[in-house]
Amino acid sequence: MRFTIVSFMTGLIFGLGLLLSGMANPEKVLGFLDIAGAWDPSLALVMAGAILVGSVAFTLAKRRQFSVLGFDMKLPSGNDITPRLVVGSLLFGAGWGLAGFCPGPGLVALGAGEMKAVVFVASMVAGMALFQWIERLRQPSS
Amino acid sequence: MIHIAWHNFTPWTALAGGLVIGVAVSLFVLLNGRIAGISGILGGLLTPSPGDRGWRVAFLAGMIGAPLIWLAAGPLPPINIHSSYPVVMLAGLLVGIGTRYGSGCTSGHGVCGLSRFSLRSLVATVAFMVAGFATVYLTRHVLGL
Repeated sequence: MRFTIVSFMTGLIFGLGLLLSGMANPEKVLGFLDIAGAWDPSLALVMAGAILVGSVAFTLAKRRQFSVLGFDMKLPSGNDITPRLVVGSLLFGAGWGLAGFCPGPGLVALGAGEMKAVVFVASMVAGMALFQWIERLRQPSS
Repeated sequence: MIHIAWHNFTPWTALAGGLVIGVAVSLFVLLNGRIAGISGILGGLLTPSPGDRGWRVAFLAGMIGAPLIWLAAGPLPPINIHSSYPVVMLAGLLVGIGTRYGSGCTSGHGVCGLSRFSLRSLVATVAFMVAGFATVYLTRHVLGL
């Protein structure tokens, strides 16, 4: 129950942060990605602020075996640079650059009642389902 | 030559919003021991693993509910989506497939991954940033869409 409440609060605070930062607005995200046009560096400061706080928390978290609430620390352990990682990230970046939405801002804009965000999130879930389906076809035994 | 659009640049709200996002991912890792990676949290709902759903739904409900909480304090900041519906659909598909193959998005790799100094996340972040820059360059300055 506590795990679920913390999850809800994290999503809520994250969403409020996205709204405050201006990153729930695709127009502003595209302004950052448009380095050849009138460039808006705001997104870089959002990342800097988030990483400034996050790096302190992750440094503390790495030293722990259990979280403050006693849950297992589930931090990614792999460090392999694979073709999947690179090609997947390139595809994601292309989609991000097309509409200015990444997953978080898409969900926040959906909550704000934007119809195009509803379509974006539905297509994103379809894309994730497609991934799941392709992966299942590739491993028929499991 | 880069031209900064000073009239669009919002350094203080950007930095403040970033700090708030940093607080969110910090709470999640310190209290729950997890990475606040939004594509992973959403994508995990599509795999059959009972007992692992509630917290994912709660996280997403918090995000979707954020504008409602914001509205209790004041008007929402602008959300302007100029892309057409077909472009938004294509973008969603690419973001969905890409984040699952790449094991993360701006939150998981960009914020959390860089915060824990992960080389894998650095490579992913550089890849999606470069692809984002290239796509906007292509659509705005080459194709003139």
